[in-house]
Order: sequence, then C-alpha cells, then structure tokens
Amino acid sequence: MMIPKSRVGIEGWGCYIPRYRIKTDDIASVWDAPVDRFKEDLMIQEKAIAGPDEDTITLSTEAAINAVKRAGIDPSEIGAVLCGSESHPYAVKPTGCTVAEVIGATPYTLAADLEFACKAGTEAVQMCMGLVASGMIKYGLAIGADVAQSAPGDDLEYAAASGAAALLIGPLSSSSAASIEATVSYVTDTPDFWRRAEQPYPKHGGPFTGLSYFHHVTSAAEHLMSELGLKPSDFDYVIFHQPNGKFPLRAASQLGFTKEQVSKGLLVPYIGNTYSGSSLLGLTAVLDEAAPGQQILLVSYGSGAGSDAMYIIVQDGVEEKRDAAPKVWDYIKRKQYIDYACYAKWRRMIIGLETK
Amino acid sequence: MRKVAVIGVGMIKVDHHWKESIRSLFTKAAINALEDAGNPDIDALYVGNMSAGQFNKQENLAPMLADALGLESKPSLRVEEGCSSGSAALYMALKDVASGMHDFVLVGGVEKMMDTATNDATFIISTVTDQEYEAFTGLSLAGINAMVMRLYMNKFGVKRESFAKFVVQMHENASKNPYAQFPFKISLDKALNSAPVAEPIHLMDCAPIGDGAAALVICPAEKAKDFTSDQVDIIGAWKASDTFLFHMRKDFLSMKATIEASRNAYEMANITPEDVDVAEVHDSFSIAGILAIEDLGFARKGEGWIAVEEGLISPDGETPVNPSGGLKARGHPIGATGIYQAAEIVLQLRGDAGKRQVPDARIGITHNTSGFGTSAIVHVFKAE
Amino acid sequence: MSPSNLWREIPQRYRLEAAFCPKCLTTYFPPRELCTECGSRELEKKKLPTRGKLVTYTVIHTPPKGFELYAPYIVGLIKLEDGTHLTAQITDADPDKLDLDVDVEAVIRKVKENGRDGPIYYGYKFRPILNANGAPERKC
Repeated sequence: MMIPKSRVGIEGWGCYIPRYRIKTDDIASVWDAPVDRFKEDLMIQEKAIAGPDEDTITLSTEAAINAVKRAGIDPSEIGAVLCGSESHPYAVKPTGCTVAEVIGATPYTLAADLEFACKAGTEAVQMCMGLVASGMIKYGLAIGADVAQSAPGDDLEYAAASGAAALLIGPLSSSSAASIEATVSYVTDTPDFWRRAEQPYPKHGGPFTGLSYFHHVTSAAEHLMSELGLKPSDFDYVIFHQPNGKFPLRAASQLGFTKEQVSKGLLVPYIGNTYSGSSLLGLTAVLDEAAPGQQILLVSYGSGAGSDAMYIIVQDGVEEKRDAAPKVWDYIKRKQYIDYACYAKWRRMIIGLETK
Repeated sequence: MRKVAVIGVGMIKVDHHWKESIRSLFTKAAINALEDAGNPDIDALYVGNMSAGQFNKQENLAPMLADALGLESKPSLRVEEGCSSGSAALYMALKDVASGMHDFVLVGGVEKMMDTATNDATFIISTVTDQEYEAFTGLSLAGINAMVMRLYMNKFGVKRESFAKFVVQMHENASKNPYAQFPFKISLDKALNSAPVAEPIHLMDCAPIGDGAAALVICPAEKAKDFTSDQVDIIGAWKASDTFLFHMRKDFLSMKATIEASRNAYEMANITPEDVDVAEVHDSFSIAGILAIEDLGFARKGEGWIAVEEGLISPDGETPVNPSGGLKARGHPIGATGIYQAAEIVLQLRGDAGKRQVPDARIGITHNTSGFGTSAIVHVFKAE
Repeated sequence: MSPSNLWREIPQRYRLEAAFCPKCLTTYFPPRELCTECGSRELEKKKLPTRGKLVTYTVIHTPPKGFELYAPYIVGLIKLEDGTHLTAQITDADPDKLDLDVDVEAVIRKVKENGRDGPIYYGYKFRPILNANGAPERKC
C-alpha cells in the first residue's frame, strides 16, 4: 500500500462531458443486435459522444480549467500536468503540453501522457500524489480523459464513450476539498483487452475481460481495506470503474458494499464508459454532493491489467468550492441526440473520408 | 500634374475559358484595347492580378506579359491589391501619365481562376482576409459579408427579397452586355432560392468565379485628340483603407474605405455624388452592392435597398449602377474586375454602350474594393 | 498555416491574450506593437474575458479547404464583456435557433486537422453558455 509521507489533498476537481448522445436503441438497430441485452443486462441507455471538433485534448482542457477554477490557485504554480488516456490524439506529442499551455502552467512544469487503458487517470493521480508529498512540486494536475474507440458492430460500441475528469492535487490544507490518504495499485500482465499501435480499435477477450475486471478490482480493494483495517460499512461511497452498469454493482456485492453506496458515483447508464475518465468522473459526481467527513473508496480498472484503489476523506473545503465550476450533472443534463450516420461521420468511421 | 485621358478599351467576355491561358487572355484584351486606341506606341505596361501565384502557381507576371506583347524594353509592373488589383493598376498607371513620366500606358487586368477546384478557389479568395484571426476560423470572404448582411437585415428590417431584387437588376443589365459571363435575366424566385453559401448569403448573392481580361490605353489628355473624338478623361482618383480585421471596425455596416476613397476622388474631380450619371460598383456580394450604393453617397445609410426597390439604380434611374451587370452578372475575374469597370464607364461616357447605354452619361465612377472594405479605390471619369 | 505560424499565435489562441494601451485604455486583439489611437508604443499584456454576446453570425455551407468535415458550421462576431470584439466559430449550437445577443463563452476546440498525419490546430471557439435546459442543437 502506498501512503504519502506528508498528507495530500484534492484542491480542485473538474469534469467535462460532451453534449452529444447516441441511444443504445439506435446502435442496436443498425447492427440488428439484441438491444435488451445492452439496455437491461448492461444498463446502458445511451452514451456521450465527442463532437466533430472535440478530442481527448479539448476534453482535458475543459476538465482542467474547471479543476483549476475550483482550486482557486495560480496556474503557474502547477508543477505537473499528467494526462491519462487511451485516445491521445498524437502517438508522439503529449496531450499534457497543450493542456499545460491552455491553463497557463507552462513553462516550468512537468507534462507527461500516461496510458494504462481505463486506469490511466487514477495513475496520474497517484503520481501527482508522490510529486506533491515529496515536496518536488506544489500542485499537480491529474487528468483522465478519453474519446473512446470501439470497432463498429462490436459489443464495446454500446459503451465506448467520451468524457474527462481532472483533479488538482496539492499538500493537504484547510482549503482542501478532500484528502487522499492511501492508495494501492494491483497490476499483473493480463491480455484481457488491448489495442496494437497502428490499429484504430481495441480487441478483447469477451467474458475473459470480465474475469480480469473482477479479479483486479476486488484484489486491490480488499488489499487496501485490509491494510487500513477498514470494512465496507466504513465507507459512505464506493466508486468503481464502469465499463457497464452491471459490473460495478456485482463488484460492490462481491466486496460487501450496498447498492446505495455505489449509486452516486454510477454514471455509466447515462453517459456510457468514458474509459480513462470513468472512475474519476464518478468521483467528481460524489464530490459535487458529499459532506465533509464522508469516506470514499475509489477503485479504477485498466485492462492489461491493473486496478488502483484509493481511500479518500472529504474535507471542510469541499462545500465552498462546489459552485465555482459546472457540476457533472450540469453536463449530463445538457444533451442532444444524434443518429448513427452522424456518429459515423463525426467519429471518422467512413472509408475514404479525408480531412484535408 | 497633367490631365489624363482614356483612348482605348478592350475586354474579353468573362467565361470559363478552358482553352485560354493568362498570356492568351491578357494578350487578346490588350490587342482589343490597342486597336480601339488606334495602335499608339506603348511606353509602359501595368498588370493588375490578384493571385496568379495561388491560382496558377505563376508569379512574375509583368515580364511574362510584356514579352507576350513585345514590350520587353518598356517598364512593366504587376500590381496586387486583392480584389481591387485592376483599379490599383490603373491608379499606378494614372500617376505615371499625370506626372509626365510616360505618355502612352497600357493597363490591363487578368485572372485565370478556372484551373483551380471551387473549394480551393474559396480558400484562395479567403487569403485576402486576416489569416490568423479570420481565415483561421474557417471564415470565408462570403462569411464576413454574410455576418454583415444579417446585422443589416436585423437593424434596418430588410428581407432577403430586397437583396434578391438587386441581383435581378444585375442580370437584367447583363442580358444586354456581350462581355458578361451571365448575359441572361433571372426571376426573383431564382434569385431568392439558390443553395446557401454562408447564410444568409445564397449562391445567387455571390459574384461567380471565372476567367477574364480587360485593358485600357491611357495618355495625356492633350494628346488624346490625335487618337479619338470620344475622349474620356480621368478627373479624380483615390485609394483609402479601413481596419484590416473586420472585428476591429468602428462601424460594421459601412465601408469607411469606400466613404474616404469616394469623398477624396469626388473632391479631386470637383463633383458631388448627385453629379454621378453612372457607376460601376463592387458588388462581390449583394450586401456589398447595397452598402456601396450608400457609402458612395447615392442613398442614406440603411436605405440602399430602397434605391433598388424604387428603381433608382436601374439604367433609366437617378443613379444607374452597374449597367454592365456588375460583378454578379458580368463576372468577377478578380484582378481584371477594376479594368472591366473602367472599360464599361468609358464606353458609357462615349455613348458606345449599345443596348445597355445609360442616356446622357457624362460623369461616371468606378468603385473597386478588396476584402470586406479593407481598402477601396474610386476613379472618376468625365466625357470631354 | 505552418507549425511555426501556429505556435506563435498560441498565447492568443489558447489564452486570449491581448494588448492594452494604459494611456488611452484601448484593447487590441490580436495584440500589436503600436497603439493606433494615441500613438503609444508601451502596450501591456491583458487577458480577455471569456464571456460575451453574439453580435452577428453566418452559417458556412461552402467551406474553404480543410473545413469540410465540420460543415455546416457557424462563425460569429462576438463582443466580450470588456467591449473587445473578435471573430470565432460558434460550436455546440443549432444555426436555426441562434439569436443575436445570445450569451456565449469561450472553449478550446479543434479548429483544423490537416489530414491524418498533419499537426492539429487548436484554438478558441465560443458556445452558447452551458445551459442544461433548452440548449440549441447542432446540425450534423
């Protein structure tokens, strides 16, 4: 278990969800797929889609700007901008550079892109924790963002969505919104879901992915709780990575959490699986509402595979920061439905489409 | 400064001239002008062209065209001022003759746009706008005009139909012009219902792309009598500009460049707007045509469209505008337009405009702008 | 537009940095070296406000090269809270339901992609302010 030598807090949190949605019904009708399986079994009604002028970089900038607004700090004091995603627009040229430039953290800052499937965002948080706790930097910005890819007609297509969340990490202070007390990373080499370098879409092992999810998630959570001497009933909220609506509920049940503990952070039925943004967006939804003193267990999952578990305690600073930026539900409520043709055009899935 | 006269005009019909090159277009127009002038020996050549570098990958036009005309040993210069390159070339030539530096100057304009795909042409035309702050946003020149049109419609309560009436008038005029690209009338319905380009501008509100060339021969007024009995003098000329970026304008609904250029040119010519018998104005878009009517002093601000509705700008109206059909129907081969305008005015003032003749035209003006009023050039002509 | 050209404009494109003449209180966006109102050469940096009102707009249906994927798109003239004007695309909005004078706010978006292998140009665009209810729709 990793415990920072000096305590670390979340100074600001921010999110961004694009306004476009496509319904599970519409995708299923194009592929003649059993729509009930996705809507009822997997509990996904619709997913959020980035507009044609949006990508992981633009999503990250808005989430970052919101986090910095809530933190109320001078952006030139941000010493690290770490962006976790599996859809960085460039293979070589970091998302972090553009985000750092937009928010005004340049030039004296560390900027790096991370990839670990859907847990790249929580890794960014862990690394910021280390940089802050060691005194190497004052503030670190950790972002999880994706404009997730899925092969047309594949099961993943019903869930792969777009979204971003950002946490501004700093030394724990009286203004902190929350503290991150401890974290565990549980990692193995597991080929459950992958995307080769030149390929546009990921491939996966079907049900094997589920096996990997439950193993890593429960292992990381159980280890963290046991090291800390905590049990499920000690927590007010538990947030899991959300590839669909069913997995987090089953993980909760396997670990001994209730549906009520999971519900606030469960956003996938409304916006789909935002990949690297997923668990962090669940966290921002909780911070938008939680009261000081409440305890949160955050458990992310990234294929490949690994899970990051975090023990977070809400602090007094949370209440006055809430309204400084739009909340998750402000973005979720703002929506426009598009059809599959529009989705295909915007996601550049049409062969021969050349953007000049 | 000597008085300057126009003794020869030559035009090529504006069209998609697939068989013609820049050289052949310019040469043919020049030959027409020289013959019309009585073939004087030429002392200098000015060429107006906006963007052969982009449309045709050809720079260095002056020596190329001097060569084509056998004028290599004479000074030749190419002038670029965006969409007003033609008038700019005339302005420079005028100064040479007025100053006494040269006597007989051939000034022509040419643009060969059709070797480029349409959306490349839209992009090339947008290079007259600010690259970093206007073109960068995907804003075409049509887009700037469209933003102004919407604001104008909103402020003065004008409907698209009124702009369409201007377009109908342009086509009506062009139907009598053998040099026009579109020598046919169109109905109000056709003018109103065409594909949107940059709303509220639709296709019929826009000048077309095409190929063309036109030329003039100018000389000192006292020598003109040896060549023509229908002498037309250039009695005023001015160029003025405005903020380069549209968003920095103090007034979004006027072209200050037009107002300044015309007032100064009128002063030089010792005339008022009321004295103008015929005008060739820069109607790259119908809104630009309406604003020109106002900014040149032929109608009050916000009432240019009324002048159209009431027929004040038709060939038998108070101030006939664009008897040639204007940029909309005569065509707009960009760098040549200013010279087409001048050629038309000279023919009108000579009484040689055939079926499109404006009765008793003695004083005429040309008005040629670049970008959305980033600059404007006005020349005043008088029949002697 | 070349990479170096784009890079030079980043303070304006990403952070709306303008120039301000403290003598005559004129703001210039984009910034310039000389105050053309009063002639001063001592201009300062100023960050523009990110909110404003839509003064007028157009809907581009015949895009110049490079913007085809986004058509139809809206370009508008915006007056920011401090009175400075600028031109920008209006994103996340339906042109048929856009009114003049609507409140807009700045966001960072992709402006142009330059194919599958060129550099991506990011910059400011404006959207009707974030509003859950009755927000105007965008055309595909």
